[in-house]
Amino acid sequence: MLKTFKVGGVHPPENKLSADKKIEVLPIPKTVFIPVVQHIGAPSTAVVNKGDVVKTGQIIAKSSGFVSTNIHSSVSGKVKKIDLSPDSSGYPKLGIFIDVEGDHWMEEINRSEELVKEFDLDGPQIVQKIQESGIVGMGGATFPSHVKLVPPKGMKAEILLINGVECEPYLTSDHRLMMEKADEILVGTQLLMKAMNVEKAAIGIENNKPGAIQLLTGKAKHYKGISVVALKDKYPQGGEKQLIKAVTGREVPSGGLPIAVGAVVSNVGTVFAVYEAIQKNKPLFERVVTVTGKEVKNPSNFKVRIGTATSELIEAAGGLPENTGKIISGGPMMGRAIISPDVPVTKGTSGILIIPETEAKRKPYRECIRCSRCVSVCPMGLEPFLLMTLGQKQIFDRAENERIMNCIECGSCSYTCPSYRPILDYIRFGKAKVGAIIRTRKK
Amino acid sequence: MSLTVIYTIATLSVIGTSAAVILYFVAQKFKVYEDPRIDETEKALPGANCGGCGFAGCRAFAEACVKADSLSDLNCPVGGNETMGSVAGILGFEAHKKDPRVAFIRCNGTCNHRPKTSNFDGASTCAIAASVYSGETDCQWGCVSYGDCYYSCKFDAIDIRAGIGVPLILDDKCVACGACVEACPKNLIELRKQFPKIRKVVVACRNEDKGGVARKACSVACIGCGKCEKECKFDAITIANNLAFIDSDKCKLCRKCVPVCPTNAIIEEGFPPRKIVTEEKQECSTT
Amino acid sequence: MSNLLTISPSPHIHSGDSARKIMFRVVYALIPALLWSVFVFGPDALRVTLIAVVACLAFEYVIQKYLMKIKPVITDGSALVTGILLAFNMPANLPWWIIVIGALASIGIGKLSFGGLGSNIFNPALVGRAFLLISFPVQMTSWPVNNRSGIDAVTSATPLGIIKEGIANGTPVSEILKSLPSTVEMLFGENGGSLGEISAILLILGGLYMLFTKVITWHIPVSIIVTVGIVASAFWLVNPEVYISPAYHLLTGGLMLGAIFMATDMVTSPMNPKAQMIYGVGIGLITISIRLFGAYPEGISFAILIMNAVVPLLNRYIKPKRFGEIKKQPIKA
Repeated sequence: MLKTFKVGGVHPPENKLSADKKIEVLPIPKTVFIPVVQHIGAPSTAVVNKGDVVKTGQIIAKSSGFVSTNIHSSVSGKVKKIDLSPDSSGYPKLGIFIDVEGDHWMEEINRSEELVKEFDLDGPQIVQKIQESGIVGMGGATFPSHVKLVPPKGMKAEILLINGVECEPYLTSDHRLMMEKADEILVGTQLLMKAMNVEKAAIGIENNKPGAIQLLTGKAKHYKGISVVALKDKYPQGGEKQLIKAVTGREVPSGGLPIAVGAVVSNVGTVFAVYEAIQKNKPLFERVVTVTGKEVKNPSNFKVRIGTATSELIEAAGGLPENTGKIISGGPMMGRAIISPDVPVTKGTSGILIIPETEAKRKPYRECIRCSRCVSVCPMGLEPFLLMTLGQKQIFDRAENERIMNCIECGSCSYTCPSYRPILDYIRFGKAKVGAIIRTRKK
Repeated sequence: MSLTVIYTIATLSVIGTSAAVILYFVAQKFKVYEDPRIDETEKALPGANCGGCGFAGCRAFAEACVKADSLSDLNCPVGGNETMGSVAGILGFEAHKKDPRVAFIRCNGTCNHRPKTSNFDGASTCAIAASVYSGETDCQWGCVSYGDCYYSCKFDAIDIRAGIGVPLILDDKCVACGACVEACPKNLIELRKQFPKIRKVVVACRNEDKGGVARKACSVACIGCGKCEKECKFDAITIANNLAFIDSDKCKLCRKCVPVCPTNAIIEEGFPPRKIVTEEKQECSTT
Repeated sequence: MSNLLTISPSPHIHSGDSARKIMFRVVYALIPALLWSVFVFGPDALRVTLIAVVACLAFEYVIQKYLMKIKPVITDGSALVTGILLAFNMPANLPWWIIVIGALASIGIGKLSFGGLGSNIFNPALVGRAFLLISFPVQMTSWPVNNRSGIDAVTSATPLGIIKEGIANGTPVSEILKSLPSTVEMLFGENGGSLGEISAILLILGGLYMLFTKVITWHIPVSIIVTVGIVASAFWLVNPEVYISPAYHLLTGGLMLGAIFMATDMVTSPMNPKAQMIYGVGIGLITISIRLFGAYPEGISFAILIMNAVVPLLNRYIKPKRFGEIKKQPIKA
């Protein structure tokens, strides 16, 4: 029996079309647009001006608080303007436009591919370095990593979990990274263990990636304290709380953080970025992005500079198919549909998924037939049908009592509803309203 | 057989009478005293339970009126001065006159002014569409046209105008209860001072983008050029964040700002026509 | 318009399962039992089923179109399921007009008066059956004899009816059982009764299919069957001469039909496993109480209707186990 989380979950068709495609380096684009908000928390403040010449890896926006990060230029060239442009949220966001000229990196970055295993920094220094390098959770949540590594007072981390689950259908960027950069990930894991002062680390990988499990299990033997845990294929296993439950059997208390059960979760992409930041002195300015879709000619995994327009990636994967109906930034279950192919790749973009017109539209929905499937698939043990009705009727006090805030927005309920009801839409609406009510109450 | 009938009737009568007696005493024992003025006040109110006063319904408002020391902070927007006058009469307070108001949707981004740039496909409410992204057009400030205001209106005062892109408030039915103001996720609806014959001069735009961006998204967007501000002799117009705003309490309806607006973002309503204007045909392909 | 991108909130994919597909899976699960009833009762079984189905579909269409004034949706299969289940609760020799009245009660009163699929409180087919059982007790309880058991009679009561009558007359159970089919014969469907209740094994087969295709979960059928089994065993062990064996209880009188197909009706059953178990145990207890102490020989249909009424309450107060709300954390890694 493979380990997994107990309650709920679905298993959508995997469609990992690009699983065997090696990571290719995408050519540097002519211009990039780097938004100053690429993380959860306070927007960073731009420290360059129009006309400034920047180098690859140079800080262009500084963190403006503890829950915020630095943003580095992903290319070398001249700052064209600092202006608003839509990002994947669909709203115009402030960002820095840079016209590319050559590719001149900052001198201190070590550009060799050679593996560096030894490190001489101590815990706080590693955290410091992570903070400076602008590393955020790269699974999609984009929470600044250094915040996670410093537990609140009175709490102690016991185990570090590395998320190699990649339970979203279609996406393969983490999978490829594990296949091609296994040693780097393991060294990065050790760095994080040192930073948090924990003895144990576990890498959770779903069983649909036997190659990665085999490779990492073999290599992990040479690294102290790291184990690889194979997990049953089930969505949303990559959710922080579900992963902790699956690997350690502990349940993060409702409303609490993973640290409450002594666990800290990090994505493999993040771990790789940590490795590069510390061993290679390279801040976070590129990431692996999967470009995929049933109609895409050449589904691929690209190493992309942050700020590259989505259209460049699609072009490199064989162009935008004729019958495109929807472009999604992220996976099909939790990703966001983007309003135009011009939006940039940001630190949280794990994939670009292109959905043909025929599958882009939802079917018309009808009344709830009370089949209770949403209840049985909800990984948080909630009653989505009820939360939807409460959101629709705006009965927010009861919605709060029914734990609407526990919802992780995984979408399993909407995915499975035989009446095609937009359950999650209304739950999200309810969550926003209830969240606002809770915030005003605290004040 | 007849005996059975008599017995039945007798038994039922006894049960009925004793129940009535018990109920009478129970009702006496558990009687709750209520100020009779609450009932009287409630009767004077419109009884729509719209919540425009800020209370849960007409009864709650009546209770608040009875408890209050003066009526200066309490107002029933639906009934207006007339109702508040009679409430004041009942409670022996001084009546406070308030200007009647009327709601207005500050967006004129109908489909022929604002081209569509994407299709929204989700639960069709404004709140959800607005939470997902900026809307089906390039204007992130304007109406998302799923009619949350229409559904919130208890007085049938909003015409949803399906397919046109922006609902229309029917001035003669609007009581300025403010339900639509709450409902609109884009904060487009404003309660403005009601002038005679419901005449108005309004900037029908909320776009705070820079001129070029705003204009590109919508042909009748306010670009914040400031011409109207200079034209206005009553200081009623202010420009903030690339957007003009006409304060209805200062506006004298001189209409001088209307012709100077380069994008026709300022609209006038309820006036006799200045010249013959061909009615713009508003018809869009519905998707 | 086609060049505009579609924007929608996540998730962007759907399992593709629809209410219609689920309903049709229920229909497939019912087919073996239906075929068996045709084999046993001849074309009469087919006649009853057809009339019930056609009447249900027709009433659904007419009421939706002319009374509710909405676009009729009869293709979702729910009226089809109701029709077949209603037929399964009828003797094969029922006159056609009674079937039509039953269909009207099922669809009109049981379902559409509440607002249609999803809003009804009671299982429509059982509302129809209860209506007919009270209105036409004679026609509803004179079953044609199971031709294959070789008894030379036109109509007979069901095994449970015979036993109940026998016990009331003071005959020991062992005497009564001599005239009845054995447990094994009943498992395979050799007893008399309504169309759908005669073959327990085929109903279980259908149930397994539904379980496998995730139309139902195990909670309701298992809790009903276990409850009936335990209570019946207890009484049987106390006095086997007055109370019949649990196997007999489980295999007769539509218990399987009720437990697998009727009680699990998704619209009228509770929404989470814990509540479903309570609901199942309740049905089991009421069923066995009616059978042992009540006036009717069998009681599952009334038991389900009574528990249907409790469902909103169960949904309100029995909540699934919320993630992250446990007191003790197991410490292991």
